[in-house]
Amino acid sequence: MVQYSRTRFDASFAALSDATRRGVLEQLGRADASITDLAEKFHMTLTGMKKHVGVLEQAGLVITEKVGRVRTCKLGLCRLEEEAAWIERYRQLWDVRFDELDKVVEQLKRKEKVDGRKKKE
Amino acid sequence: MDAKRKSEPALMKNRTTVERKSERELVVTRTFNGPARIVFEAWTKPELLKRWWAPKSFGVSFISCEADVRAGGTYRFVFSHPASAQPMEFFGRYIEVTPHSRLVWTNDEGGEGGAVTTVTFEERGDETLVVMHDLYPSKEALDVAITSGSTGGFSETFDQLDEVLITLGTSVGQ
Repeated sequence: MVQYSRTRFDASFAALSDATRRGVLEQLGRADASITDLAEKFHMTLTGMKKHVGVLEQAGLVITEKVGRVRTCKLGLCRLEEEAAWIERYRQLWDVRFDELDKVVEQLKRKEKVDGRKKKE
Repeated sequence: MDAKRKSEPALMKNRTTVERKSERELVVTRTFNGPARIVFEAWTKPELLKRWWAPKSFGVSFISCEADVRAGGTYRFVFSHPASAQPMEFFGRYIEVTPHSRLVWTNDEGGEGGAVTTVTFEERGDETLVVMHDLYPSKEALDVAITSGSTGGFSETFDQLDEVLITLGTSVGQ
C-alpha cells in the first residue's frame, strides 16, 4: 500500500471542502479552462477564482500553465496517480534491497555468535 | 542448539514503508532483526554494502563500490545493467558518520537537484529501526526526480523489477 502523509491528505480535504472548488474540479474534468473562464462560469472576481485555484494547486489537484497572458488550469489528478505509482515502485526497490540486507545481518549475527563462543573457549 | 537461536525470527519479513513526508522529503523505514551495530556495519563496509545494495534479482551488478565512510569521505558506486550500454554511476560525500546511529551523505550525480540522505539506526530490543530520509533542495527537485523516475538510480530497471517481483512471487520456496 502506498502511504500518503497526513499533511497531503489534509491539503486535499481542505481543498475539497469548498463547493466552488469541487465545481471547478468538475468543470476541469470536462475541459481545461483559463482562470478567466472559470471566474465567469462561477460568477466570481478574477482574484477570488485565483485564490480557489491556488488552494487546489497547493493540494496537487489542479495544475496551471501560463501560455502568453492566459493561465490555463487542468486536473492534476494524473500527476498524483503518477506519484503514487512511483512511490510504490521506489518502495519495491528498497524492499528487495532490504531483503538482501536481512541476509547480511543474519550472517553477521551468526558470525558474531561463533566468534563469541571461540573467545570463551 | 542454544535457546537464543530458537528465538531468531528467521522467516519474519519486515515491512518497508515509503512516504512523501513533505514537498521536499521522502522517508523510507524498515526494521531489521539485529542490533544497531551490525546493521550499521552492513551500511558502512563497502564489502558488505556491495552484497545488498544492488540485488542480483534486478539484474544490476557492481562494477566498483568505493566508500570512504567518514565525515568528508567520498563514495562512488558504479553499476552495470544489461539494458544500459553505459555504466550507471552514483557518487557523493559523507557529511556525518556517527557509529551505530547516524549517517548523512550527499547525492551528487544529479547535479544541484540531488538530495541529502540521512539514515538513522535506532535499536529497539533485538531489533533496529532504520529510517532513511531524503531531503531535496526544493519541491521541484523532488517532483523532477519522481517524473523522471530517477531517484534510487534504477529507473531503467524498474520495469524489470516488476517482472522480477512477479517471478519471485511464483517461485517462493525455491
